[in-house]
Amino acid sequence: MAETATAWQLIIGGDPTLFAILRLSLIVSLSAVAIAALVGMPLGALLALTSFRGRGAVVVVLNGLMGLPPVVVGLGVYLLLSRSGPLGDLGLLYTPSAMIIAQAVLVLPIIAALARQTIEDLWRDYRDEFVAMGVGPAGRVAALVWDGRYSLLTALLAGFGRAAAEVGTVMIVGGNIDGFTRTMTTAIALETSKGDLPLALGLGILLVAVILVVNAAAWTLRSVGETGRTA
Amino acid sequence: MIHRRRVLAALLAAVLPAFAGLAAPAAAQDKSITVASTTSTEDSGLFGHILPIFEKETGIAVKVVAQGTGQALETARRGDADVVFVHAKAQEEAFVAEGFGVERFDVMYNDFVIVGPASDPAGIAGTANATAALKRIDEAKAPFVSRGDKSGTHTAELRLWKEAGLDPASEGGDWYRSIGQGMGAALNTASAMNAYVLADRATWLSFKNRGDLKVLVEGDKRLFNQYGVILVNPAKHPHVKADLGQSFIDWLISPEGQTTIADYRIDGQQLFFPNAPEKRT
Repeated sequence: MAETATAWQLIIGGDPTLFAILRLSLIVSLSAVAIAALVGMPLGALLALTSFRGRGAVVVVLNGLMGLPPVVVGLGVYLLLSRSGPLGDLGLLYTPSAMIIAQAVLVLPIIAALARQTIEDLWRDYRDEFVAMGVGPAGRVAALVWDGRYSLLTALLAGFGRAAAEVGTVMIVGGNIDGFTRTMTTAIALETSKGDLPLALGLGILLVAVILVVNAAAWTLRSVGETGRTA
Repeated sequence: MIHRRRVLAALLAAVLPAFAGLAAPAAAQDKSITVASTTSTEDSGLFGHILPIFEKETGIAVKVVAQGTGQALETARRGDADVVFVHAKAQEEAFVAEGFGVERFDVMYNDFVIVGPASDPAGIAGTANATAALKRIDEAKAPFVSRGDKSGTHTAELRLWKEAGLDPASEGGDWYRSIGQGMGAALNTASAMNAYVLADRATWLSFKNRGDLKVLVEGDKRLFNQYGVILVNPAKHPHVKADLGQSFIDWLISPEGQTTIADYRIDGQQLFFPNAPEKRT
């Protein structure tokens, strides 16, 4: 496989440009997931534990938003951040911050929807116990989040996978500027358009490898946590 | 609780360097400009050649957003770029006339080429007449890929069809494939389906996935491809970095900038030919 060889050469060659691109990809996607988690987890928990008129519709919409097309999110954030848009004065368009915002918007529904499902399922199991033991609302949320932590971690990984793999938003709001907003995915798109398909595929293999490493790290975290609990 | 802290610590460890990393580019932003340009200048490696030289001399970092000419001008109209560096003279002059640009300067030129499969089903090889070649492609109903994205190359293609007295873009016909994408994507498409395509020479020379494609028609003076540079009007968009942008334009059209452009070659072939007017006194 010529492409695998290219991927290896890229890694072994230790090209600083490549590492800068990899670093930016990780920074942008991990930051986006962190922000989306800070907002999405409480949102999911809130939705799981409350009942109100139209709740079913909200759940359906939230689940539906998991399929937000990146290019639409990119366009929306672009129009917001453009100098002619409402937030134009911030001067954020074509910066890594803009890319983080766009990816956070993209990932937020995934994390919120999966968190809601996880917590709601646990809530059904625990409801009687909570009532019998007289656990208050804060204690309930803490217990549910804690016991559902591994499923919630999977929700974070789903969000990260979505963010790290997408090219639509970062291309539009980042502009694929060399050395500034170029990520792995926009670099792959660029090399494809230059007709350098082996290099594009090499970069692609590298990106998949990095996503695997992040997932392996999460798995290790989980294993360590479980070992700790039984010990 | 220890585990929760561990999870939190891991999360923080992932996020903190992220924000530390963001602070650095923000600081460097002070002396930088954003240039909306075309895919041909970026993909051909021209910017990779000239920008480090410019930055070394002036300390001004140039951030290039490579788009089609139409999109680049739209980006500038919205105020999201300080300078536009594109190749569709009529659109550029309209941009200045609308008040979005200060003044347009010629920078350099090269030419378009009609690329097609070596088997050449329409028999256009060796013709030096671009419109005659298009007529033959139309008659043969041979597959033709159009950019279809309002780029400089697309604009040139539509002009050539018009000069040939044809209008396949609105007449349709499944041999005429409008893909709405950049030059590289158009070449990839043409390469995959053995179609004809109009390409700028710079992108063609730096394109690596040629397959059976080769240059079939070149040298017609109607295939001339002029690049121009314009400062976005600070009267329209007050945040435009007019001084830094003007420094970039002045350098591009200075004898030194012009020589630097001429020096850029791929496999010994010069890609862009400087033709800025003599500096006004």
